[in-house]
Amino acid sequence: MQLMDSSHSNPMSLCSQADSQRTLYPYVTGTSVIGVKYKDGILMAADMGGSYGSTLRYKSVERMKPIGKHSLLGASGEISDFQEILHYLDELILYDNMWDDGNSLGPKEVHSYLTRVMYNRRNKFNPLWNSLVLGGVKNGQKYLGTVSMIGVHFEDNHVATGFGNHLARPILRDEWHEDLSFEDGVKLLEKCMRVLLYRDRSAVNKLQIAKITEEGVTISQPYSLKTFWGFSAFQNPTVGAEGSW
Amino acid sequence: MFRNQYDTDVTTWSPAGRLFQVEYAMEAVKQGSAAIGLRSKTHVVLACVNKANSELSSHQKKIFKVDDHIGVAIAGLTADGRVLSRYMRSECINYSFTYESPLPVGRLVVQLADKAQVCTQRSWKRPYGVGLLVAGLDESGAHLYYNCPSGNYFEYQAFAIGSRSQAAKTYLERRFGTFQNSSREDLIKDALFAIRETLQGEKLKSSICTVTVLGVGEPFHILDQETVQGLINAFEMAGEEAPAADQGAAGEEGAAGEVVAAAEEGAAPEEGAATEEGAAPMDI
Repeated sequence: MQLMDSSHSNPMSLCSQADSQRTLYPYVTGTSVIGVKYKDGILMAADMGGSYGSTLRYKSVERMKPIGKHSLLGASGEISDFQEILHYLDELILYDNMWDDGNSLGPKEVHSYLTRVMYNRRNKFNPLWNSLVLGGVKNGQKYLGTVSMIGVHFEDNHVATGFGNHLARPILRDEWHEDLSFEDGVKLLEKCMRVLLYRDRSAVNKLQIAKITEEGVTISQPYSLKTFWGFSAFQNPTVGAEGSW
Repeated sequence: MFRNQYDTDVTTWSPAGRLFQVEYAMEAVKQGSAAIGLRSKTHVVLACVNKANSELSSHQKKIFKVDDHIGVAIAGLTADGRVLSRYMRSECINYSFTYESPLPVGRLVVQLADKAQVCTQRSWKRPYGVGLLVAGLDESGAHLYYNCPSGNYFEYQAFAIGSRSQAAKTYLERRFGTFQNSSREDLIKDALFAIRETLQGEKLKSSICTVTVLGVGEPFHILDQETVQGLINAFEMAGEEAPAADQGAAGEEGAAGEVVAAAEEGAAPEEGAATEEGAAPMDI
């Protein structure tokens, strides 16, 4: 595999071998997504930030989208790759609907399809630079799974991507339980998102919570979490180190 | 029967608006040995007659497992049938791999029909000379479809194809009202009776027929010869005539079955439907 700079320098070159390209690094990225199963279905939370490196550049990026009738997809990582995935899924759902035969792709099928796509791209050294959370309900069965950019995939009662793995999942392991009510689920997610807001530098204080049940998908309006900075240690921070700032 | 001028090419219409090559292909299906299928809400049974060419040879395989939830019985050019079964298996396994879910039968059947249609519209191809009875299970329950060389497909409660299938069809037409709520055992018994109808006097033995079952919680599989022979013995020993109400535990047929049987026993001698036990109704 050769590293490529500009691929369009000589399209009419006599030697027909095209230099292979590979994804090197992401440009505009979203941070953690968290998902939990609750009594009626799945709850998912993600903030609306699109970072450009260390700049918090875009602050109204919707990182969770409904897929078909039964699924909800949340993504972290490269936003343009997420948009590409939405395009693939759009086509997938379209063909599914065109059968018009009463069958429809459920969350398990969509999750499996995404796994195949992600893994295939990884094998070509050109991954879609995303970590995905796929949740849904079909025929009363709740489903929550995740796929990484290298195709690692699994299902669980609660999943998270990126920093959420380190900061949110320990909280979920302690406090998640079967049959959470909607209110408790939201409270739990907010608790995790608050920790991420304090500790993840790519987090922005504007988030959405999405829920999917047998009835369908609802994505909340964006809102902010209350934070507290009034710790005594933050008063006179330079006491004990005069001259520092 | 011979319509020569317009039948050389599948892409030539006759003035009457027919494609003779397609119709000839459907004749090939009628010449194959019989295959029947019937379904209830939860189970589908396929059965076929396996006639070996001679005593020295083995018989041809006419029922194929396509996936745990789909099976197919063929009549006509068995080579074409084998190729189509391979296509169906391929489609199923590719879908399973991508979606980790079984391919809905309805979709497989449409794909198969579209494949057959292509062969009716290319001058360098010929239609597949095989009819397929596709048995499948999906979210909406048990299904039985018939795929035609013409590219048409139909869903059935029960159907029979191949030679002397009309006798089986007549039997199934009389009984199909009960199939939807039949038990698995009664469905298999009806299948064996229908097969017997196509044998026209020959003794029904498990060595000349194949019976397969598919149902909720039961992957598609072929019943072994012993089991089938056991079932055959059971109803033959009871001296049961095909249309009569099953005396055994068949509670669900109850009064309705007996009424039907009474009417049939009146009709049976007049029909002269050629079963080996044509005289039996009179005895009962």
